[in-house]
Amino acid sequence: MTDTGERKAAMESPAPDGHRSGEGLDARLVVERGAFRLDVALTAAPGEVVALLGPNGAGKTTALRALAGLVPLTDGHLRLDGAALDRTPPESRPVGVVFQDYLLFPHLTALDNVAFGPRCRGAGRAEARARAAAWLDRMGLAAHAGAKPRRLSGGQAQRVALARALATGPRLLLLDEPLAALDARTRLEVRAQLRRHLAEFEAVAVLVTHDPLDAMVLADRLVVVEDGAVVQEGGPADIARRPRTDYIARLVGLNLYRGRAEGHIVRLDAGPGITTTEDLSGPVFVAFPPSAVTLYDERPAGSSARNLWRCEVAGLESHGDQIRVDLTGELPLAADLTTVAAAELGLHPGARVWAAVKATQTHAYPA
Amino acid sequence: MTESAGTTPTPPGTDLAAAAPRRPRHRGRMVPVPLLVPALIGLAFLLLPLLALVIRAPWSGLPQQLTSPEVWQALRLSLLCATSATVLSLLVGVPLAWLLARTDFPGRGVVRALVTLPLVLPPVVGGVALLLAFGRNGVVGQWLDAWFGITLPFTTTGVVLAETFVAMPFLVISVEGTLRAADPRYEEAATTLGASRFTAFRRVTLPLIAPGIAAGAVLAWARALGEFGATITFAGNFPGRTQTMPLAVYLALQNDPAAAIALSLVLLAVSIAVLAGLRDRWMNAS
Repeated sequence: MTDTGERKAAMESPAPDGHRSGEGLDARLVVERGAFRLDVALTAAPGEVVALLGPNGAGKTTALRALAGLVPLTDGHLRLDGAALDRTPPESRPVGVVFQDYLLFPHLTALDNVAFGPRCRGAGRAEARARAAAWLDRMGLAAHAGAKPRRLSGGQAQRVALARALATGPRLLLLDEPLAALDARTRLEVRAQLRRHLAEFEAVAVLVTHDPLDAMVLADRLVVVEDGAVVQEGGPADIARRPRTDYIARLVGLNLYRGRAEGHIVRLDAGPGITTTEDLSGPVFVAFPPSAVTLYDERPAGSSARNLWRCEVAGLESHGDQIRVDLTGELPLAADLTTVAAAELGLHPGARVWAAVKATQTHAYPA
Repeated sequence: MTESAGTTPTPPGTDLAAAAPRRPRHRGRMVPVPLLVPALIGLAFLLLPLLALVIRAPWSGLPQQLTSPEVWQALRLSLLCATSATVLSLLVGVPLAWLLARTDFPGRGVVRALVTLPLVLPPVVGGVALLLAFGRNGVVGQWLDAWFGITLPFTTTGVVLAETFVAMPFLVISVEGTLRAADPRYEEAATTLGASRFTAFRRVTLPLIAPGIAAGAVLAWARALGEFGATITFAGNFPGRTQTMPLAVYLALQNDPAAAIALSLVLLAVSIAVLAGLRDRWMNAS
C-alpha cells in the first residue's frame, strides 16, 4: 500500500503539460449546448488525481460526462494512454464512473452491482463474482456483499459505487461530487477512505466537486472551471494562496483585489491603494485573509498599519467562534473578529468603522 | 382558530381543539352537498348494474349452466386468446414503449398518437381495418394467403390479433409512462460499465420497470378478455374457434337470458379476481 503510494508520488508530473509520452489523459473538451459552451483543456499523468472545481452550472459535470462518452464532443480531442477516444462509445471506453448519487442498481445486491462491469466486459459469471467479492473485501464491505443498495448506509453505498467503477480496471476514473450525498459526519470518514483508495489507484482520476475542501484533500491538482472555461489551475496550496477569481477567493476565504502595482503600492481598478511588501509592477492580484483585518471605531492614532480604510458594516455572521463582518465603503472586504471584539466595538449593520491591514499580512502576485 | 370558527359553519359539539393543525383539514368537516350528491349518484350508477346481475342470477340453475361444455369452451378460448394477445403485446409493445420513451426520432409525436389511436377507435372499426389489412383480399392478407397459405380472419389466431390490436395500446402507454418516470441515468451507469444499450435495457431497465410492465400487462389482458367489436368483425363467432366469452354472452342473451347471466357472472368473477390480484399495486396507491 505504501509501496503504491510512493510509486504514485514518483510519477506525479510537476507541470500539467509536463508529459508528452502519451501516457495518461490528454483532452480538450468542447461541448456546445444552446447558449452554453464548455471549452476545457485537461491533462493528467497516470496516478494523478485532478479535481474540477467550480460553482454549480460551470460545466464540470458536462466535462465529466464528455470524458465518459455520455455527451458527444462538439470539438476538441480526447486521448487516453495515447489512444483517441473521441468516437468510442461509452461502453467501450476504459473509463469508470462514480456518479453523484451512486446510481447503484436497486434490484441487484452489492456483489452483483460490482460484478456487473466485469460481466459486461466478458468475464464469466463465477469469475465476475469472484472479482467483485475481492473488490468488496478491499473496500471492507465483504459482510455487505448480499445487501441490496437500499440497505446500505451512504458511506457503504459510496464504497460499493467506487468498487463497481474500479472492478472493470479503468484507465480513467471519474467521480462526480463523490461526497455530496453524505452527511457531514460520514463525509469526514469517507473522504479519508476515498483519499486512500485514490492514492492506490495507478491510472488517472478526475473528480468533480464544488467543495474546496474535498478538492484540496483528494486531488493533486485543481482545475477551476467557471462558465465553461478554466480560470485557474495548479496545486491546492498554490490555488489557496494565490486565487485569481472572486469565486476561488471566496472558496479559500480570502479578500481578493485586482489592480496595478507600482512598487509597493497596488492601485486598485476601483478604489484606494493597498500597500504590500512585494515589489512588483503591472497588473497584479492582492489577497489577504479576513483574520488580518483589524477594526476600530475611531481612526487609530498610533497604528502602524499603512492600509486604513473607512468602512460601513453591511452584515454580520457567526463563523465558528468568530464573527465574519462584511464591510462596504472605500474597500469592500470581509473581516473576522472574535465575538468579544465584535461586542466591544458594538458592531451592527450600518455602523461606521475603520479597517486596518498590515502590509506584511497582504500577498501580491502578478495577474 | 377564531378565524376558521368564524368562517366555517361548525356543527355544534365539534371539538375545535381536536380539529386543530395536526389533522388533515378535510377530515371532520362536512363534505359539500354539491359534491356529495353527484358522487353518490355516480357510485350508485356504477354499482347498481353489478348488483342487478347478482340479484337476478339464476342461482338454482347456476351449477348446471356453468358446467355446460359450451361455457367452458368459451371461457377456455377467452383465457387462451387474452393471454396470447397479452404475450404478443409484451413482445412488441415493450420495445415500442422503449422506443417512444428513450429515443428521439422525427415524427415521434405522430407515432405516439397513432399508437394510442386504438384506445379511442370504436373496436368495430378496428375489426374492419384488420379485415382490410389481413383479410383474404387484404393489403397484406392476400400475400399471406398466396405465399404461405395463411388465412387469419375467422380463425383463433384472428381472435388473438383482434384482441392484440385493441389491447396493446394500454400496455404501451402504461410501460412508456413507467419508462419516463424511471431514471435514465441507470442506463448510463450500465453503459459506463461496458453494457451495450440492449444489455443495459435487459439487465437494468427491464427489472426496474417490471412493476409497470406487470400493471400494463394486466390492463391489456383485461381489455383483451372483454374484447367484442373487433373480434366479431374480424374473427366471426364460431363456437370453439372464435367464440369468446363476450360473444357467447351476447349470443346467449338472444335466446337464453339465464345462460347469458351465468356467463356474465363468470366474467365478473374473473374481473374481481384480477382486481384482487392488483390490490397491492393500485388500491394502496391512493
